[in-house]
Amino acid sequence: MSMIEFKNVEKYYGDFHALKNVNLKIDEGETVVLIGPSGSGKSTLIRTVNGLEEIQEGQLLVNGFDLHDPKTDMNRIRKNVGMVFQHFNLYDNKTTLENIMLAPRLVLKRDEAENKKIAMELLEKVGLADKAANMPSELSGGQKQRAAIARSLAMRPKALLFDEPTSALDPEMVGDVLDVMRDIAKDSSMTMLVVTHEMSFAKAVADRVIFMADGQVLEDSTTQEFFDSPKEARAQQFLSQVEHH
Amino acid sequence: MALLQNNFPTFLQGFGYTLLSSIIALIGSMILGTGFAIMQIVPQKWIQKIGNIYVQVFRNIPLLIITFFFFLVVSKYIKMSGFTSGTVALMLYTSAFIAETVRAGILAVNTGQMEGARANGLSFAQAMRYIVLPQAFRISLPSLGNQFINLVKNSSILAFVGGLDLMYQGNMIAANTFDTFSTYIIVAIFYLILTLPLSYYIQHLERKLKRAA
Ligand SMILES: Nc1ncnc2c1ncn2[C@@H]1O[C@H](COP(=O)(O)OP(=O)(O)OP(=O)(O)O)[C@@H](O)[C@H]1O
Ligand SMILES: [Mg+2]
Repeated sequence: MSMIEFKNVEKYYGDFHALKNVNLKIDEGETVVLIGPSGSGKSTLIRTVNGLEEIQEGQLLVNGFDLHDPKTDMNRIRKNVGMVFQHFNLYDNKTTLENIMLAPRLVLKRDEAENKKIAMELLEKVGLADKAANMPSELSGGQKQRAAIARSLAMRPKALLFDEPTSALDPEMVGDVLDVMRDIAKDSSMTMLVVTHEMSFAKAVADRVIFMADGQVLEDSTTQEFFDSPKEARAQQFLSQVEHH
Repeated sequence: MALLQNNFPTFLQGFGYTLLSSIIALIGSMILGTGFAIMQIVPQKWIQKIGNIYVQVFRNIPLLIITFFFFLVVSKYIKMSGFTSGTVALMLYTSAFIAETVRAGILAVNTGQMEGARANGLSFAQAMRYIVLPQAFRISLPSLGNQFINLVKNSSILAFVGGLDLMYQGNMIAANTFDTFSTYIIVAIFYLILTLPLSYYIQHLERKLKRAA
């Protein structure tokens, strides 16, 4: 079953055409990496999936609901679709533990003892059990991002969106975050859409790679196909650029 | 001193009414001001417009005129005393300033906070209440403190509509005793008894919140 499906989606920022006739299907449990040059529309695309950006034309089906239909309850979509941001967006006024417990308490009405147990397990899983009582300002970038991932997981989402989760991190912090993501990808029911420049992560974890440029999806291939024999000239060019880094 | 002793119950009564009016107006203007601040930042343009008109109207008319409006006009239709008219006017007037202060605070909170909360499944209202507003209040605390102190001092407009407050009783005592100077010194001291602790409390809160951040 497809978890996320774009059908002839058009997105504009005022006059600027940011997504051009996007067609895309991501199945439940798939891990898909989205790459492309800066300004190509990767963030825009991923942000439409949980309604942070509206689309103007076409259909965008997430978990069976059409986001372009005004009757669709966006809060219900977001319960099932978590998002991890480049700049973490942790709640600055809450401790790490509260960051994780807040949404399950308010949105899912999860029982408090149960909520705490799940939150502590997640903190354990991302290696932050000892930071439960700390404020976000007291965490390193890598710790913040792992806390943010734990916060998303606490909602038990069906899909997770990652928008350059390691781009704001010092190089030595990147590995820990990618390890956590790799771990999540092993869960066969979790759908993941990841914007990243970490090609080794893409090669190791992704089922598919989508390449975007100028608001268009130029290539949509299996990971092996994409890295072995990219079809599009722009994708080839992009790959040779990032691999020289 | 004899002046204070002889008129102590009157001063005290005035002090009580000033305190009562200030507390009611402070709580009311915080609630109204926060409400109108949020109205000005919701996505719906028409709601923004209403919020903006409210703020512009009450912020740009002298408090005394708003007070007279309630005392002379509104009271014809809804029975209210001078104390009530003055307190309501003070509350509405102050709420316009608080709305501006809180709105600026909300805008100073990183947009990532709202996005993170929405992406996490919280509704706009929940995100506001638990994430954005607490941070906005912290940012705007120094200017909120100024608004509160102004509010206590501005409550002296009650005197113009027979509001029985500190200023009103001071005027009465000065008129009866002809000791204008001493009377107003005592009145000033009573105002300081309210405003100084308020100032210190706000400064204390600022320091405490700075440490927590
Ligand atoms: N809120 C906005 N208003 C107007 N234009 C925008 C807005 N957000 C993005 N754009 C434009 O849309 C295009 C795509 O932006 P987007 O952020 O999706 O690119 P990206 O692929 O994520 O780039 P990067 O790799 O730098 O993050 C860019 O040209 C950008 O300037
Ligand atoms: Mg981006």
